[in-house]
Amino acid sequence: MLWWEDGLVRKPLVSIVSAGLSKFGRRDGVYGRELFTEAAREAFEKCPNLDPVKDIEALFVGHMGESYEHQGHTGPTLSDWAGLLPKPAMRLESACASSGAALRCGIFAILSGMHKVVMVGGVEKMTHRTTPEVTEFLAMASDFPFEQWHGITFPGLYALMATAHMHRYGTTEEQMAMVAVKNHHNGALNPKAHMQKEVRLEEALSSRVIAWPLKLYDCSLITDGASCLILTRPELAKKFTDTPVHIIGSGQASDAIGLYERNELTTLRAGKLAGKEAYKMAGVRPQDLDVAEAHDCFTIAEIIAYEDLGFCRPGKGGSLVEKGITTLEGKIPVNTSGGLKSKGHPVGATGTAQAYEIYLQLTGQAGRRQVSEAEVGLTHNVGGSGATATVHIYRRG
Amino acid sequence: MAAKCSKCGAMLLPPRLLCTKCFSTDFEWVKLSGRGKLLSYTVIHVSPPQFESMAPYTVGIVELEDGPHLPSIIRGVEPEKIRVGMTLMVDFDTSMPSQWPVWPRYFFRPP
Repeated sequence: MLWWEDGLVRKPLVSIVSAGLSKFGRRDGVYGRELFTEAAREAFEKCPNLDPVKDIEALFVGHMGESYEHQGHTGPTLSDWAGLLPKPAMRLESACASSGAALRCGIFAILSGMHKVVMVGGVEKMTHRTTPEVTEFLAMASDFPFEQWHGITFPGLYALMATAHMHRYGTTEEQMAMVAVKNHHNGALNPKAHMQKEVRLEEALSSRVIAWPLKLYDCSLITDGASCLILTRPELAKKFTDTPVHIIGSGQASDAIGLYERNELTTLRAGKLAGKEAYKMAGVRPQDLDVAEAHDCFTIAEIIAYEDLGFCRPGKGGSLVEKGITTLEGKIPVNTSGGLKSKGHPVGATGTAQAYEIYLQLTGQAGRRQVSEAEVGLTHNVGGSGATATVHIYRRG
Repeated sequence: MAAKCSKCGAMLLPPRLLCTKCFSTDFEWVKLSGRGKLLSYTVIHVSPPQFESMAPYTVGIVELEDGPHLPSIIRGVEPEKIRVGMTLMVDFDTSMPSQWPVWPRYFFRPP
């Protein structure tokens, strides 16, 4: 029997004592390592009781593509720039779930007893390359022999899911565009978002086609950015901050890398399983959540996420957004940060960037996008077309 | 051609070393009909550099009669005429060279 199944009061896995996020956007002339330093500095500055050099014992970072900056071996690079040498540092790669995976490894490190305080985060520097190049690099998260080889791009893979979802459940292009409108509205309230501009439904629907039925505004942005969190054992949290956020559930699952090898095109099995594991560990049900960041690499991905995470029944994701249930004022605000759609999607940084938003929400620091009395939050971070998914659940400390 | 598991009959394409259903390592080669029905499709407008001259092009995932699913480019039918569920055949483009680790270039077309 796993230790959290003994029916006793849930105890947190780890506590977040600080967090940082670089400005997301087109950061011309700025290296990935500089973006990470920006995020690290914020986390350090906001936690005066922490001595980074003395206290932080290890670094786990997500970074997807060596091709962008022709730079691998990101762990020690970022450790160095964050002032943490010679502490051990590792790079996790799970495509767009790289920093979700890094977060999970940070949790392992603390739960194992091996480390007392660790830093987790992620980075991606993408905008200096051309769109066809980025399209090619991103496609490396898909199957080479059968998907990349046939020129099936990432928008293409999610478009295949969208066509299937429309065919099976009657989901409409309008409903997908509503996700974009909602997330751009939220992003306009986020001073660190890549795009801080509202989008009208008609604008989204008439934008140029990337991979039918997905249009420009259905696709998340190519962005530069970095994010980080500082984690510690729950019993040590108060040493560092009066407002910790506890992580009370963690889930991760895998599925076939090729979309064509999955049993269904209208759901992400890895997302469902990761969600189930996290909910069980946290002792939380979907209806207990006050706020969530779900992986909206494409608008259809957010609709499918609602279904996979149990916010609604399969096929009802489109009507959930249509009814306004996931807006800032709705019953379960999703992607208050603006999501990958509007805040941006620097691939390796996204997972811990989602956690950064939940950390802000649960500590009352989300400014104009604050969800009132937010106590319990969730992040849902997917890699590729769903071959990896990590889900984490948070509770205000 | 697909690999058919001698123990449980699962059809694996691409062929694997370990059966995904029963973990057996015993397979035999089976020739497939190449016919299937379209599970989903999209029209790619923004492509990687190597495919720019072909854009826009249609890609889809076909469920072959014998079970396995395969993705590829769909040729020989206009995007407006494509329907989920339509029958398509696998064909090969022998004009393009191929060398491991890449597979021969196949595509789908109406029968």
